[in-house]
Amino acid sequence: MTTLRERRGSVSEYMLRTPAVGPAIALVVVIVVFAVVTDTFFTVDNLSLVVQQSLVIGTLALGQTLVILTAGIDLANAAIMVLATLIIAKMTLLHGLPGPAALVLGIAVATVLGAVTGGVVTSLRLPPFIVTLGMLTIVTAVGRIYAAGQSFPVTDGFLGFLGQSQYLFGQLEITYGMGLMLVMYLGFWYALSRTAWGKHVYAVGNDPEAARLSGIHVRRNVLGVYIVAGIIYGIAAWQALGRVPNADPNAFQTGNLDSITAVVIGGTSLFGGRGSVLGTLVGALIVAVLRSGLTQAGIDNLYQDVATGILVIAAVGLDRLSRGRQR
Amino acid sequence: MTPVLEGVGLVKRYGRVTAMDGADFDLRAGEVLAVVGDNGAGKSTLIKALSGAVIPDEGRILVDGTEVRFHGPLDARKNGIETVYQDLALAPAQDIATNMFLGRERRRTGLLGGAFRLLDQRGMRAEARRVLDELGIDIKSMTQSVETLSGGQRQAVAVARAAAFGTRVVIMDEPTAALGVAESAKVLELIGRIRDRGLPVVLISHNMPHVFEIADRVHVHRLGKRVAVVSPKTHTMNEVVGLLTGALRLTADGRIEEVGQAVTTGLDR
Repeated sequence: MTTLRERRGSVSEYMLRTPAVGPAIALVVVIVVFAVVTDTFFTVDNLSLVVQQSLVIGTLALGQTLVILTAGIDLANAAIMVLATLIIAKMTLLHGLPGPAALVLGIAVATVLGAVTGGVVTSLRLPPFIVTLGMLTIVTAVGRIYAAGQSFPVTDGFLGFLGQSQYLFGQLEITYGMGLMLVMYLGFWYALSRTAWGKHVYAVGNDPEAARLSGIHVRRNVLGVYIVAGIIYGIAAWQALGRVPNADPNAFQTGNLDSITAVVIGGTSLFGGRGSVLGTLVGALIVAVLRSGLTQAGIDNLYQDVATGILVIAAVGLDRLSRGRQR
Repeated sequence: MTPVLEGVGLVKRYGRVTAMDGADFDLRAGEVLAVVGDNGAGKSTLIKALSGAVIPDEGRILVDGTEVRFHGPLDARKNGIETVYQDLALAPAQDIATNMFLGRERRRTGLLGGAFRLLDQRGMRAEARRVLDELGIDIKSMTQSVETLSGGQRQAVAVARAAAFGTRVVIMDEPTAALGVAESAKVLELIGRIRDRGLPVVLISHNMPHVFEIADRVHVHRLGKRVAVVSPKTHTMNEVVGLLTGALRLTADGRIEEVGQAVTTGLDR
């Protein structure tokens, strides 16, 4: 019989329970390094720009995190988002649809595509990698057919709303897109960590058989996650149009891998059931900071890719090491 | 006295294989009933039928004398029957309190729980702590993940979950199979404590010394049906082993006699 009060765990236990802490420390370190090494990085304007540059991939990565938590992966997320931008832009430009209606239509298409992916994954029990690889190919092709070799400018004010900004304290530029991304991340942090739905998402990714025996409808839960991810990709399309008011069928070709990079750097396990969306937010910011900082330091684009790649492998390696004692 | 859980003439066929061949089963209030049988005797099919994981082709299942039909494990649970599976059905990365309440989480009352679906995490942790304390399970923190626990502690958490939610029966499938000597002893002690709280326990086990240490009655299963129910007080381990291999049989008047053809492989029927 124990009379001990709940004891706070050791530091390493705390880090395991709160997977966003490690990436957050890494983010602070890279910011400090670039602030010291370059004169231009740690300025109000540049920091705002860094966050703006992380918005689209950051939003895609939020949906990607949900999918990866269920032990899945989504290679089609950026393609779905690009198709949504094309639909939104073409509908307003050529068919005169009002901006809000076009946005709803774009999000609806992304949602349906998420449902199709989830439906195939859960009903045919195919590996998500294969299903989303197929979806990537299909959706990319459909987008190009639909665009017919053109790109479509967006002039509608509502569709560009997320790119508009306010100045805090007279100089810090905050776009509405930043606010939306922050709200979405906080909302999903809450849903994943404080509601039964979230506990079930983790359980389904961690041990589907245990989840089933505990009375969780595993397939329904996974299907729901892909549908929610689809909605998020639709909102990412709005973010993309806010950043660049032009829908281009060839944009974001590596968006899927960039979003996976953000998730992995953020400490979420590709095996499912472990991780957090706050980690992913930090991961997306780390990638953006690294790119901006290396640019300010005068380092070539291709070397930035090398650095990002090393970071991905290091993040997964650290993850493996920290769990080595338990598995 | 009406049995708490009863099976009558249960049959389950898989193609040409008959896994249950008119099996009977009864569990009485306040007892530990061990179910023993050779590999392939159909113990696990019987147990799955009683816990809702398998739907029998024929036969009846009665809970407190009332006939029930289980269409899945959830139906059995709703009747107060909790099962501790051999692989425990715990999510290793999640903490103890989350695992205890997985699939039946408690929400906060009022607007927070209603509109915002906020879980009552503090309440669930306190309840998990209370159940573990009551069963004498010493685990320091309810927020540590299950994978940080030893095999015996994990078993204890799974058993505690069943004891917390089971209102009629707790079924345990080979709870000591993966454990060392000291941990096995603790789990057996735990089974005794659950019985002493008034909850009858069905214990499936291969381990005769464990069965004889804790069980009040022993249900011997062979070739898809119950061949005997004996008491550890009046029968020996060797007799039970003889019954389950078919070397011995129980006569109508309760005596044990040798079967002429002593070596019965089960292949000769």
